[in-house]
Amino acid sequence: MEAAFGRTAPNIPRVEKGAPLPHRVVALGDGAQVLVTNDAGEFMALDRADFATFAAGRLTPDSPAYDDLVARHLLLAGRPEVALRLLATKVRTKKAFVQQGPALHILVPTLRCHQSCLYCQVSRRPIGADSFDMSPETALHAVERILESDAAALTVEFQGGEPLLGFDIIKLVVETIRRRAPDRRVTFSITSTLHHLTDDIAAFLAEHSFQVSASIDGPEDIHNANRPLPGADAHRRTMEGVALARRVIGAANVAAITTVTRRGLHHPEGIVDALIGAGFPSVFLRPLSPYGFALRSARRTGYDMDAFQAFYRRALDRILWWNRQGVEAEEAYAAILLTHILTPFHSGYVDLRSPAGAGLGVLAYDYDGGVYASDEGRMLAAAGDPAFRMGTVRDPLPVLMASDAMRLIATGGVAEDLPGCRDCAFLPYCGSDPVHHYATQGHVRADRQPSDFCRRHTGLFHLLFGLLLDGPLEKQALLTRWGTQRLRPEAAA
Amino acid sequence: MSLPLHTFGTLSGDFAAPHPLKVLPLADALTTELPFDRVAIDLRSDPVGGVDLGALHALGFAAALTADSRGPGAALPIFAGLRRNDVVAAGDVIGVTARTGRIGVLYRRGADSNSLFVTERCNSLCLMCSQPPRNEDDSWRVAEALELLPLIDRNLPVLGITGGEPTLLGEGLTRILVGTAEHLPDTHLHILTNGRRFADRRMVTAVTAGRGRTTWAVPIYADTAARHDQVVQAPGSFEEALEGIHNLAEAGHRIEVRFVAHALTVPRIMGFAEFVWRNLPFAEHVALMGLEPMGLARRNRDVLWIEPAEAARAIADAARHLATRGMAVSIYNTPLCLLPRDMWPLARRSISDWKQVHAPECEGCSVRDACAGFFLSADASWRGTDIRPVTNETPEPAHAR
Ligand code: SF4
Ligand code: SF4
Repeated sequence: MEAAFGRTAPNIPRVEKGAPLPHRVVALGDGAQVLVTNDAGEFMALDRADFATFAAGRLTPDSPAYDDLVARHLLLAGRPEVALRLLATKVRTKKAFVQQGPALHILVPTLRCHQSCLYCQVSRRPIGADSFDMSPETALHAVERILESDAAALTVEFQGGEPLLGFDIIKLVVETIRRRAPDRRVTFSITSTLHHLTDDIAAFLAEHSFQVSASIDGPEDIHNANRPLPGADAHRRTMEGVALARRVIGAANVAAITTVTRRGLHHPEGIVDALIGAGFPSVFLRPLSPYGFALRSARRTGYDMDAFQAFYRRALDRILWWNRQGVEAEEAYAAILLTHILTPFHSGYVDLRSPAGAGLGVLAYDYDGGVYASDEGRMLAAAGDPAFRMGTVRDPLPVLMASDAMRLIATGGVAEDLPGCRDCAFLPYCGSDPVHHYATQGHVRADRQPSDFCRRHTGLFHLLFGLLLDGPLEKQALLTRWGTQRLRPEAAA
Repeated sequence: MSLPLHTFGTLSGDFAAPHPLKVLPLADALTTELPFDRVAIDLRSDPVGGVDLGALHALGFAAALTADSRGPGAALPIFAGLRRNDVVAAGDVIGVTARTGRIGVLYRRGADSNSLFVTERCNSLCLMCSQPPRNEDDSWRVAEALELLPLIDRNLPVLGITGGEPTLLGEGLTRILVGTAEHLPDTHLHILTNGRRFADRRMVTAVTAGRGRTTWAVPIYADTAARHDQVVQAPGSFEEALEGIHNLAEAGHRIEVRFVAHALTVPRIMGFAEFVWRNLPFAEHVALMGLEPMGLARRNRDVLWIEPAEAARAIADAARHLATRGMAVSIYNTPLCLLPRDMWPLARRSISDWKQVHAPECEGCSVRDACAGFFLSADASWRGTDIRPVTNETPEPAHAR
């Protein structure tokens, strides 16, 4: 641990009577309670009267809230340098991700895909098209860039198109990394329809301990309507792939990733039941993303964020219901947010960081050798705007980092410095996502509060804090388990 | 049955050396690499007259233990007629007080815990201290510890260092750590300290010899300075301990947090758990402990007393809070029948065997062997009224979820 914050000025007088430390506030629910948070993510809910006394600096030790506020570094009592040192350590722990280079490397082996999903986020190309595959030379250059990062643990994620249509490239990348860096901790993952999974491919993925995300939109009818195939059998083929993957790679390593379309919006229970019924321990419910083709087809498939909010609330409730029936299952995005809320650590998730994860925590390597600050940056380029193109796989990491794209990100990458976010009580758990706001609001520094991103997250935070503070004990315990899942030793196995 | 740490015997011969002595059977004594003048030969099971004591004396051995006194004229000092023969065994290290015939066991081969008691002095005065500090010059203990270290078996897994407050020895502690590095390089050290003096980084530098193979076990009794300082009766100590822990951790040292449950600490135990989780997540272990009714704890019974069942419930909740979050937690000094079953895997048989007992109430209990039981000093008035033998039919304690 680096003692970067360890030195403090001596002789600051003791504070005897609790004085408020820097904090942010938001009214919860019907407004009877106020949530107070600090930069390290510690929080406390106060009733209106206590909050007024607290904010005025007049809370006294005989108040029941006093000790809690002092212990959570929302009130200062004692030697300021000690409180500041503990707070500094906590902020340093929460933002430990800034101390290392990109850990997530997204690679697109091919843009080709055999499906044409209504909301496709990528400018996918038909299956027969040539010259949309990554060349072996490009792949080997990408490996150089990946290994240039000093991150302690690397994740290499294969996306597409349908990445399994470029399996030769996946194999080349994985084997080259294993040979070049046998001692580095590298996790491989793939997001796929699994339509093209064969016994041999599954064996390869198992050998390299792949984490598999299967794209499944819910029950068969919704899935097939979203993902038209001539045989109308997209769902059946994916589930066959899932069965094979579970058998060979292990059920715990196969998760579902679900894009919620307008069609799915009215069936939260049906979608959750289909996924949990199919045996997934982790489901990830994503709203439509506003990139690439999705942006253009928004009129056809899009919906309002309030509608997603309502969907999500019901879906979460249904997952919790399944847990009460003894089926252990989590919603992956809630688990990420809960890790941010309930632990001193960051989840590692690149889209919820400040400073931004784009470029600093993640790089995306397109099939043609373009390097982007994030997968969204790549999609934006496919839609005609290369603002987040950092360079090519032939440019060394320091050159990529000095690109105009990174300069652009830097100006909108720190939420603590952004309009909207800087006064938001949820900031310690949220992220700045400048790429998303460039794409949707037109500027990396755009005011966050009107954005769909902010509305979605504000809604999620209100929902989760409502349950954590006032929900039934049983739900609190379940949410706590989700948020701390990856910290327990048994999860490491 | 618990084995005491000392006994008495009859001393004959000219015994002058106050050094700790390694007890070895004859065959081991003759081949040991230790200096012979640090070895007491255990002849208690050898036939009287079968061994030439004069020859052993000539070889330079320090003393012998015999079953009976061997009559006058033996040049080799003899400890004979031990009141309890089982207190001293081969491999142990003993300290002998010539004047009284007291034979103390300084190191017991194979015991579940061995500790160096390095000072009686302390800069705090915890309300429940089981071994109240005494402000006397006891620097001889450092000298004794340094002489003891070479006599300890090299394969000892863990050595405890306790007091009093070991950091008050300053440079004396440095010498002990250097000594352990030399004589016990593979032994892990577990050092009890209130952590306060580590607020000064020079103290951290002074213990560099222990880095990496030492766990510094620091008590934190609350999540606020006011409550912690009240318990340890030393203003400013909460902040000093936290600074000390951070200084140690930043220098690469390993930390354990210790908590004792009683009437003053239980009300904030959940706040304590969350505080540790937020501020000290790097601690490698958290020990949540029941009270030992010894020393000041007995005198302060009025302020400390809480029903053991209530303390156990609080400990279980805090342990669950931390364990759910992936921290390594142990529950010490707490009977299993007071704990919900999901916390049983965290409960340890923590009371040293020489002061551990079971109560009459435990008759017929099926988990006796796994249970910590009670301190010898815990009479019925300390055990509370909720101790019940566990059988297959026993339901969870009423408070368990
Ligand atoms: S995006 Fe919205 S919810 Fe997130 S920190 Fe900014 S203002 Fe708060
Ligand atoms: S009855 Fe005695 S042995 Fe059994 S759990 Fe209780 S204290 Fe332990």
